[in-house]
Formats: sequence, C-alpha cells, structure tokens
Amino acid sequence: MLRDITIGQYYPTGSVIHRMDPRVKLFGTLVFLISVFAYKGIVGLAVVTLFLAAVIRISKVPFRYMVKGLRAIMVLMLITALFNLFLTPGEPLFQIWKLKITKEGIAAAVRMAIRLTYLILGTSLMTLTTTPNQLTDGLEKALRPLNKIHVPVHEIAMMMSIALRFIPILIEETDKIMKAQTARGANFDEGNIIQKAKSLVPLLVPLFISAFRRANDLAMAMEARCYCGGDGRTKMKPLRYQGLDYKAYAALILYLALLFVLRVVV
Amino acid sequence: MTSLMVKARQLVHEYIRRDEEGNPIATHTALDHVDIDIKPGSFVAILGHNGSGKSTLAKHLNVLLNPTEGTLWVDGKDTSDADNLWKIRQNTGMVFQNPDNQIIGSIVEEDVGFGPENIGVPTDEIWQRVEDSLKAVGMLKYRSHSPNKLSGGQKQRVAIAGVVAMQPKCIVLDEPTAMLDPNGRKEVLKTVHELNKKKGVTIILITHYMEEVTDADYVYVMDSGAVVMQGTPREIFSRVDSLKAHRMDVPQITLLAHELKKAGLDLPDGILTREELIEALEKLNESFKGRNTLCQ
Amino acid sequence: MKLDKVNYIYGQGSAYEMYALKDINLEIQDGQFIGVIGHTGSGKSTLIQHMNGLLRATTGTIYYNGEDIYAEGYSMRKLRSKVGLVFQYPEHQLFETTILADVCFGPMNQGLDKNAAELRAFEALRSVGLSEKLYEQSPFDLSGGQKRRVAIAGVLAMKPEVLILDEPTAGLDPKGRDEILDQLAKLHRENHITIILVSHSMEDVAKYVERIIVMNQGSVMYDDSPKNVFRYYKELETVGLAAPQVTYLMHELREKGFPVSIEATTVEEAKQEILKVMRMHD
Repeated sequence: MLRDITIGQYYPTGSVIHRMDPRVKLFGTLVFLISVFAYKGIVGLAVVTLFLAAVIRISKVPFRYMVKGLRAIMVLMLITALFNLFLTPGEPLFQIWKLKITKEGIAAAVRMAIRLTYLILGTSLMTLTTTPNQLTDGLEKALRPLNKIHVPVHEIAMMMSIALRFIPILIEETDKIMKAQTARGANFDEGNIIQKAKSLVPLLVPLFISAFRRANDLAMAMEARCYCGGDGRTKMKPLRYQGLDYKAYAALILYLALLFVLRVVV
Repeated sequence: MTSLMVKARQLVHEYIRRDEEGNPIATHTALDHVDIDIKPGSFVAILGHNGSGKSTLAKHLNVLLNPTEGTLWVDGKDTSDADNLWKIRQNTGMVFQNPDNQIIGSIVEEDVGFGPENIGVPTDEIWQRVEDSLKAVGMLKYRSHSPNKLSGGQKQRVAIAGVVAMQPKCIVLDEPTAMLDPNGRKEVLKTVHELNKKKGVTIILITHYMEEVTDADYVYVMDSGAVVMQGTPREIFSRVDSLKAHRMDVPQITLLAHELKKAGLDLPDGILTREELIEALEKLNESFKGRNTLCQ
Repeated sequence: MKLDKVNYIYGQGSAYEMYALKDINLEIQDGQFIGVIGHTGSGKSTLIQHMNGLLRATTGTIYYNGEDIYAEGYSMRKLRSKVGLVFQYPEHQLFETTILADVCFGPMNQGLDKNAAELRAFEALRSVGLSEKLYEQSPFDLSGGQKRRVAIAGVLAMKPEVLILDEPTAGLDPKGRDEILDQLAKLHRENHITIILVSHSMEDVAKYVERIIVMNQGSVMYDDSPKNVFRYYKELETVGLAAPQVTYLMHELREKGFPVSIEATTVEEAKQEILKVMRMHD
C-alpha cells in the first residue's frame, strides 16, 4: 500500500513535457495551481480540465498510473469533502440526526474535491515528468537571487534531491521492518491510540537507525567523489532555455490570461 | 620508489571512544603498524574478517580518515598533507559495500556525472565521460533508468562507473559484493578485472570472499589491524591452516586438495582451480600406474 | 505444513500483473532441514512469507498441522509463533536498549509475563552461543555477527516449531557464516526444530540440508535430496544457479576416466571418493 504513492516517482516517456526546462514546469505548476483556485463557473472549470487533460496527454504518462497516486490521499479528500458537506451553512436539503446537508454544502464539497484532485494531479505531473535532480536544478537556478541574502540555495536543493532519492528506499525499508516485527508477533493495527503509538517504537527505532546509517554512508560516498559544496561545480545538464521552453511560457501565460478574461466576462 | 601507487609505512589508526565530557575512555587500534606496497596497474586484494581493519585501511586510501601514526603515500602524495586531499580523492576512486547508499543521482547517467561535476569538468566532456564509463561497465543501455529498479550487481556497476568517470588511477572497492547474490558478484568482479586489464587502473579489492582473490596479483591478509599474511594467491592459499586461524577459509577446491594432501596424497601446494586439481590427480594416477607396472 | 496449489499474483488487475508464485505444492515434514535455493526474484522470499501468513495466497491454501490457515477464526498470530521467520539482515530490526529486552519482544507479544519471557530469552541467547556477559548491553554495540545472532534469538525465543531463515549468512565473513550455520544445525539436531534455510550458496546448503527446493520464476523447479538436485547441474546453470564446485570436479574427474561417484556434494564426501579411487592402486 505504501508503494502505491506515485508522487515524486519519475516516469520516463521522453515526451515534450519531459524535455522542457524544469523552470518552465515549475512556473507551469504555479500557474496551474493559481488557475485551480481562481477559475469561476462551469466554463472556467472546463478550461482548467481541458488544460490538465491536454498536458497529461502530451506527457504520455498513463492516466491510470497517475490515479494510483490519488488513492493514497483518498482519506484526506474524503474528510475535507465531509467537512464541506456538513459544515457549510445554507439552504438545508435534508437532515441526518443533527447534521444538516445543504445545497451549498454539496456544491462546496464537489468543488473542493475537484480542486484537491486537480491540485494533486497537477503537482504529481510535475514530479512524474521531471527527475528530482532536474527539479532541484530548476529550483536552484530559479532561486539563485536568494543566494545574495545568504540563503544556501545549492545546499537546500541538494538536500531536496537526496531526500527524493531516498524516499522510495525508506518506504521499502519501512515495509520490511514492519513485516519483520509482525513476524515477531507485533501488532500495528489493534488497540487504542496510546497502544498504537507504543507499537510504533519497534518500527521507528530501526527505521531511524537505518536512516542515520544511510546518511553516514552517503556523506562518505559523496566526499569520496570530491563533493565539497556548490562552488566550482560544473553541470552535466546545465539549464538553457530552448525554443520549446519559450513556446511553453507563452502558452502558460495565454492560459492564465484566458482564465482571467473568463472570470470577468462570465 | 615514487612509482608505487600506494605505499604505507608503519600506518597506525586508533579510534578513541569518549564519554559525554569528551574524555577518552577507550582506544581501539584499528590499524597496527601496517606496511603496504602496491604497484601501479596491479590488482591487489586485501582479505580479512569483519572488523579486521581492512575497511579502515580503505578509508585512509581516500583520505576519509587520517593516520594516527605512520605515513601513507597515494600516488606519491602524503595523505596527511591537507593540500593533497582533492588530488588524492580524484585519483583514487572508492566503491562501498551498500549499493543503495552511494548512488546520489535519481537517474543512472546523472549519478555517473556527479563526480565529474564536482571536480569541475566542462559539460561536453562530462557527457563523453559518462558515456565512456557506462560503456566500460556495460550499463550504457540503462543510462536513463532509475537506480531503484536495478539489481544489486547493476547498481554496483553504476557506482563503479561513477568512479571511473572521474578517471582515477586507482579504484578501491570496499567489500563491493558483500550484499550481492552470486550473479551480481560475478558481474562486479568481471567488470573490475576488465577495468584493470583494459584501462590499466590499479585495483584494490577488499573482501572476505576467497573465490574473489584467486585472480589477484597479490594478496594481503589482515587480522586485528595488522597485515598477517601476504603473497600471491597461490602462496596464501597453500597455507590453509593459518588462513583458518585468521577466520578465513579457502575455496572449496583448495580445501579439498589440502585435505587430500593431509590424507597422504602427494599433491602440490596451493591448488586454486579444478583444472589444476584434476591435472595433479592425473599425474599422480600416472605415477601410480607406472609404479604398479614396475612391480609387476 | 502443506501448501496446496498456492498462487500469488502481484498487482492483480493492473498492467503489472505477474505471478510471483505459480502453483506451488509442497509438503514439509516435521524435523526436516530444508534448503530453498533460487536466484533473486525467483519467488523464494515470497514463498517463505506465505508460510507464516505475512502474505496471503491469491488462490490455493496452506495447511499447518492439518488446519487451513485461511479458515475463518484461525489465528495468524498463533501461526506466527509456531512458524518463526528470520528476515534477511535481521539485525536491522533490533530496537531495544538491551539485548535481553530485545529478545523478550517476541515472547511478550505472545502474552508471556516478564519473567517467563526472560527465561525464554536466556534460553534462546544461550542456544545461539552468545556470552551471558553481554545480555545487559545495548545490541548496537555488538559486532555484525553477534547482532545477527541476537536477532535470530529474538525469533527462537518464541519457541517456533518451524524456523525459516532468509539468507542468515549474508554479509558475514567465513567464520561468522560457519558459526551461524553450525548453530542452526545444532538446533535442528538437539531441539528437533524444522529448519528452512533460504540461501544463494550451494556449498552451504549442500553441507547442511537433507532436502533442497529449487525455485525458478515462481515455481518449484526441483525438490529432492542435494545429491539428486545437483545431478541437474547443467540445468541449474541455465537458471543462474550453480552446483557446488565439488560436483563439477567429480563430473570432470569422471569424464577423465576416474571411477569416482558423481554423487559427492561436500568436500568431505569428495575427499573420501577420491581417496578410495586413488588407493585402489595400492
């Protein structure tokens, strides 16, 4: 079940989207996030949906694979939807016990569910089409100005890319330790909250130890390969805008403009 | 004298354990007056059980640790001189035991490019080096894969490529096969031998698998931080009993030959391969036959 | 234990659907010492995880002492305390502050009180040959081989009737490997525990076990005594496995005209065979 989380897992297809400069994709994700919260009315929703569908299509990442990533956060979505459903004041439709369901509530719940889904699809599209290294390279370069005010941009970017590289490994490790402790009679599902928290000790202690050991090993391996921070490093894949990237920027700005026009007109 | 790739003289390393206030409470001598000479282009194996000090030695070769006493020269440069640090690290690549914990990149080629990036190689040349080193380890077709999807042996080959891309004169491999299955082990060994033969890279292989050292040019055996045996594989393996005393064993065939010899068969010392044992047995058989015909 | 037509399918219904286990029929008798061999991805780890209920077969059934473990009301926890499973690199699951406490974890989960659990822990630690001086120490201060033994004791303390170990010697040096295997052999001999040993090493397996199960692509390829399995050394090679060096030697000697038996699979057996042949001349 833990393995089903697709956020952060690169899915190579070699599509146009994959080849774009990560900075464009970062900007694109930002634009999309804004659009998801800014659209108005059914026409706006249609435009956003169309845009998302088009980008997914172009990226060639199978839709089913993306949806698998959604499953993991289903619970979160359900809770948000329920809150919206029951707690939005307005014209009551019907009532269960003390809970009123209103017309506005249904509308808000649906809106929220759509927004969250799009949000996650949009952001996971980013990580599905961009290797963590490209992503951090993009962030590093986009945030370069912050270096002037002594923000260690390179270091932060490096930490992010390492974290992303090790997430799948640690997930697998969690799975393994959980099984090993289950084989020793541990029970991770039963009991009240305190018992549950207690039952996590046999899982968390080994996991932390392993993470530290890995960190130690990795630091040594990086040192042995002459890593000494961002200064004097060259890049294997330096970021340079191509014609494609300018076109993508143009498309993104057009998309944003269209949405705002719709907001005013409709 | 300066032509040695690695030269250690009376090398000592002590780990000091301290209590909370930082006062030393115990010292552990991990390297105990070690002398080692390794010629450029050779394939040297360092054998020893877990905790024999062989990994500590490996870390000195890459200046991940500094000697407590004694001197170590790598490619003629004293490792305790801080000015030599980056030069030495560039010239001696290092491959570690756990394949997962030494791959930094999320894509094979990006990982191989990590080292060259660090030492400031121009972009075009990085691509060339990445391609060449992936080809050298036979992993070129996996260049755009995620390392997580590779087998253990393949991951280790990527790690080796990452080191090769820095164009070192010498590669130190610290138990590179300990976590691999037999096929992975074979893959890695084959790759390392090819690098040694085709590119002339000096190889220092640290291991506790006896089968891996039979093809080495020279073998050091370590125990309790000291070099306790050294010689060619044949010389080392002819001393089955001393190897056992140092918590090592010998390949099955060598052990069998040794046992047969103990049981009274007149076999030569240090038999390493099946072919050698069969040949020796045939010879022995001939001489028996000869003797028998004489008696008749 | 009996496995009846067990299938396990990964990612059923998705594009990745794949048989990890295919039509496995096995019977494991009490008191056997069994080796399970296969290259990485052959299904051997999946197989052993079925044996103590960590994975549930997609189809097929597993009977333990005649009881269907998938039957309603059958307690998986009870099964797990009867069928102990030691994972690969088991020292990575240690978590307590002292060795004794760590080994007590299993028995306490079985519902024993502290005293009874400690008794069990003492016994288990003794049987893996760990010095009593160490019991109150932190498990993290031990050497690799010692940690591994503590972890094995952690499962032994649950008093399993069947002990399954997934590559218990991975990463250990030759002496450490021999120590662990010898201790397992002793446990088998003295406590009559059924032992299932998963391994890559034909040499180890040949020396200790009485029965070998060779796994390939999720199916049982061979299931027989070492002698009979290694007779197929050429077939084993095609699936990325190999017979012990000694087996090759005996076959080659035979081809050269030495009248040795090709059944020898250990150094000791080979020695006796060769000596027998060579002494025929005297």
